[in-house]
Amino acid sequence: MSTFDEIPKTQQEALRTVVLWLADDRLIHGHRLSEWAGHGPELEEDLALANMALDMIGHASSLYAYVAKLEGREEEDYHAYFRDDIDFTNCAMVELPRGDFAFTMARQFLFSVHAFLLYQALMDVLEDEELAGILKKHFKEIRYHLRHSGEWMRRLGDGTDESRERVQHALDDLWMYTGELFTSNAHIEATVRFEVFTDPATLHAPWMEMVRQVLDDATLTMPDQNQYMFDGARQGRHTEHLGRLLAEMQFLRRSYPDASWT
Amino acid sequence: MNTEQELKQFQERIDNGEKIEPKDAMPERYRKQLIRMMSQHAHSEIVGMLPEGNWITRAPSLKRKMVLLAKVQDEAGHGLYLYSATETLGARRQDLVEDYLYGSAKYSSIFNYPTLTYADICVIGWLVDGAAIVNQTMLAKSSYGPYARANLRICKEESFHKKQGYEMLAKMASGTPEQQKMAQDAVNRWWWPTLMMFGPHDSDSPNSAELIRWGVKTKTNDELRVHFVDRMVMEAEAIGITLPDPDLRYNEETGHWDFGLIPWDEFWSVVKGDGPMNRERIRARRHAYEEGAWVREAATEYARKQRLRAEKAS
Repeated sequence: MSTFDEIPKTQQEALRTVVLWLADDRLIHGHRLSEWAGHGPELEEDLALANMALDMIGHASSLYAYVAKLEGREEEDYHAYFRDDIDFTNCAMVELPRGDFAFTMARQFLFSVHAFLLYQALMDVLEDEELAGILKKHFKEIRYHLRHSGEWMRRLGDGTDESRERVQHALDDLWMYTGELFTSNAHIEATVRFEVFTDPATLHAPWMEMVRQVLDDATLTMPDQNQYMFDGARQGRHTEHLGRLLAEMQFLRRSYPDASWT
Repeated sequence: MNTEQELKQFQERIDNGEKIEPKDAMPERYRKQLIRMMSQHAHSEIVGMLPEGNWITRAPSLKRKMVLLAKVQDEAGHGLYLYSATETLGARRQDLVEDYLYGSAKYSSIFNYPTLTYADICVIGWLVDGAAIVNQTMLAKSSYGPYARANLRICKEESFHKKQGYEMLAKMASGTPEQQKMAQDAVNRWWWPTLMMFGPHDSDSPNSAELIRWGVKTKTNDELRVHFVDRMVMEAEAIGITLPDPDLRYNEETGHWDFGLIPWDEFWSVVKGDGPMNRERIRARRHAYEEGAWVREAATEYARKQRLRAEKAS
């Protein structure tokens, strides 16, 4: 049974649920970015991609440590290594294969705009000072990711015909995975009720506005709004890609559970 | 600079321990040798990202994953400032890169071996970075200023990498039976290739004498190798690792450790392109370079358009 069939019944459970989404998003996205190491289009970008991957995995690590503490667990990265795909609650967008550089940057951009708005909202509602402190640290880096990916959207959109075509194609492919960033469900409603999360629907309009601005600058076209939207990854209903990603990520740790690697 | 007088003055500056800076006069041959050495060093940093990058997605803890990712990122950084330092000699980065991807330029043969288990990551940190430090500590005293300074900076980061690799290897060597097996197996595979990193014996190293005379290097390949073995014997013993050389023996007379015959046939074969991973490494780097071409073109085109717009506006 997936853990996420259970709807949070207390404020602490609700908080734990939210922090795990945040952590899972960042770990899986960081994993995809880390796949670029040594394969970037230029040396400067190898550095930047590794940097963003490090930030994201670092964010995930601090959030998992926070959850482990809530649960009284000793192993800080237990949630990264010992859960299956139906227990992960990252959005599906981040688990898609890394694709070409245009896909990676378009995903980074769409994700970073959302992260920027989400963190702003969370830092407003969260009462827990320790967690607010963690998020505040991440926020600085999120701003950098947003700037970096936004600049690349402009460069690729307003660069050559090929780069425009590639990045437009990437946006079109990614769009159906943006819907679930803003939809609600029973779990999310519970977290909103306990005042540890904002109604995700409220982030949609500002997200559209920020995305539109950059796409306009980049001479790119907003994808069709009335298309099928993937949903359910926040409840463990993922694409087929996550299972393989986890098989790779977890194999060594799980093969030798008694071994120490810290 | 060609007259005997000028060459003599140059040699005097070297002998006085002066640093040669980019705008100083220098013999053409000095410039060429430096471009060859420095770009080879830069290519090695870049190709070196591949064997280690192989384990980022499989690292056994988030901490280890971040340590490895940061290390691979450092290598990209080293590559970047080594290319920049080489550019001070009038070379173009793009030409240098294309020369190892499609031409005859080399990178360190050590990266033509595969990383089979996670212990390989620890051993690369300990042995390969350890050997690199021995070499780079010497190069930090090199007569060419920009190269000396680049090596000084690289050494600081490499020392950190070596420490991390050694500590994790120590942990594995005293860990579960499976971890111990992986640790020893990795050392068995990497030991001899690491000794080859210092280059051929002095008697087979045609460039050495000239490089030493010009102060680019201050020690010979064999001197560096002996120094390295002396250190590693102690470090291996301290963590219960056996070095795979039955002829390893302390020599009272020389005060150094004697070691067995290095498999030079393998060395020359890998240098010439016939090693276990040569083709794959080059294929991966060519692929990144070619697949990145449209990105670089887009960035150039965008910059051009922005410039035009700025000109129009003013």
